[in-house]
Amino acid sequence: MTEVPDTVVCPGCDAVFSRAPLQRREVSRCARCGTELYRHPGDQHRRILPLTVACLIMFAIANLFPIVEIELQGLRSQTTLAGAVLVLSTEGMSIVALLVLATTLLFPLLQLCILAYLLIPLQREHRPAGFAILVRAMQMLRPWGMIEVFLLGVLVAIVKLSSMATVVAGPALWAFMALTVMLTAVLSFNPNAFWEMTFRPPGEPEEETA
Amino acid sequence: MIGPFRPLEDDEDEAPVPTAASLGLLACPHCDAVWRDAQEGEPCGRCGTHLYTRKPYSLNRTWAFLIAACIMYVPANLLPVMITRTLFGAQYDTILSGVIYFWVSGAYGLAAIIFIASFLVPLFKLTVLILLALLAQRGSGWRRPERAKLYHIIEIIGRWSMLDVFVVSLLAGLVQIQGFAVIHAGVGIAAFGSVVVLTMLASLSFDPRLSWDSRQQQQAEHEREREQPLLDNREEKPA
Repeated sequence: MTEVPDTVVCPGCDAVFSRAPLQRREVSRCARCGTELYRHPGDQHRRILPLTVACLIMFAIANLFPIVEIELQGLRSQTTLAGAVLVLSTEGMSIVALLVLATTLLFPLLQLCILAYLLIPLQREHRPAGFAILVRAMQMLRPWGMIEVFLLGVLVAIVKLSSMATVVAGPALWAFMALTVMLTAVLSFNPNAFWEMTFRPPGEPEEETA
Repeated sequence: MIGPFRPLEDDEDEAPVPTAASLGLLACPHCDAVWRDAQEGEPCGRCGTHLYTRKPYSLNRTWAFLIAACIMYVPANLLPVMITRTLFGAQYDTILSGVIYFWVSGAYGLAAIIFIASFLVPLFKLTVLILLALLAQRGSGWRRPERAKLYHIIEIIGRWSMLDVFVVSLLAGLVQIQGFAVIHAGVGIAAFGSVVVLTMLASLSFDPRLSWDSRQQQQAEHEREREQPLLDNREEKPA
């Protein structure tokens, strides 16, 4: 088994291309099927860690404060994301509760934590333990984090309720909006780049210990 | 995108493009490293992912998820997804009745968003995946670039059908004013959530490269799967 350097295989159609150096902001796409092959990493790896930390803070605000509050005939009711999940699970909808919990809370949080865990040691050019598994986990979690879909869901729910009650947006709603924007930037970072970051720089030893 | 009708198998005689399979290369799906002389199922030398020419049992898995999704699609649309109990009685809403309610009450934009995300997108996904799986199974060369585009589209839009699940969960969590108005999640939403998850799993297990393989390559792949039914356990075999 030998590595073929400077070659890229399209994941969408299996066509083989040779890797060409890219300019900043350039993206290389497969000529046959249009799948994105690789892109110029830019200075994203420097911005990504502060963004990840900011995301974690926003994530805490978004989940600790109520998202919306309704007022109906003088009676108030409010909920956080975890509160909604809890109500669902007590109503016998534990599958739905689990699905919501995983896609809006667990997976995004896990993604952010893994990113932070991987990026902090990489600042000192050091690969943390479990590197390979965690990079792979990042990639597997990718399709399942759905914060942006949840935000649209919150907005739809607010419009739905506005006809029957007074709706007041809670602090978590703004946090969710900020989180969605920042998370999009953070997750546009392709986990594959971790391998480029640790293996590509010239002069670095190929592999320390297996 | 819509051109004159072309018969099936039209593109079969296009110039062959060098592919990893034809050159005997294996590419790692996770870290993009390309290997020569690697065995099927061998771990990637860089990140340890098992390397395969094509995702193992891709079509079988895709079909299994698709059939399950089609079955769940029926209760997802027929059973109530939300139950609203107010002083005036209980109201049972299915996905489409919710859309109709918004349309009638004049919230056209909202009705359109829910209709697209909750009804059209899952239907579109199911249709496209069935089409892609069928054509890939036949080794068809029909409109390959368009099929690749369709696969990209369903990968991007698939997650947005979770919208209704989130709306209902939030409403059920929020509207708990005992005596005045209580909203419960209906069984339909569980079925609906499972359709979304199943179609996502189906599109993840579908290997888009199969769409580009000719019929001969398909058969070779099929033969190999039949010869080695336990690809994942090959290390356990005595040498």
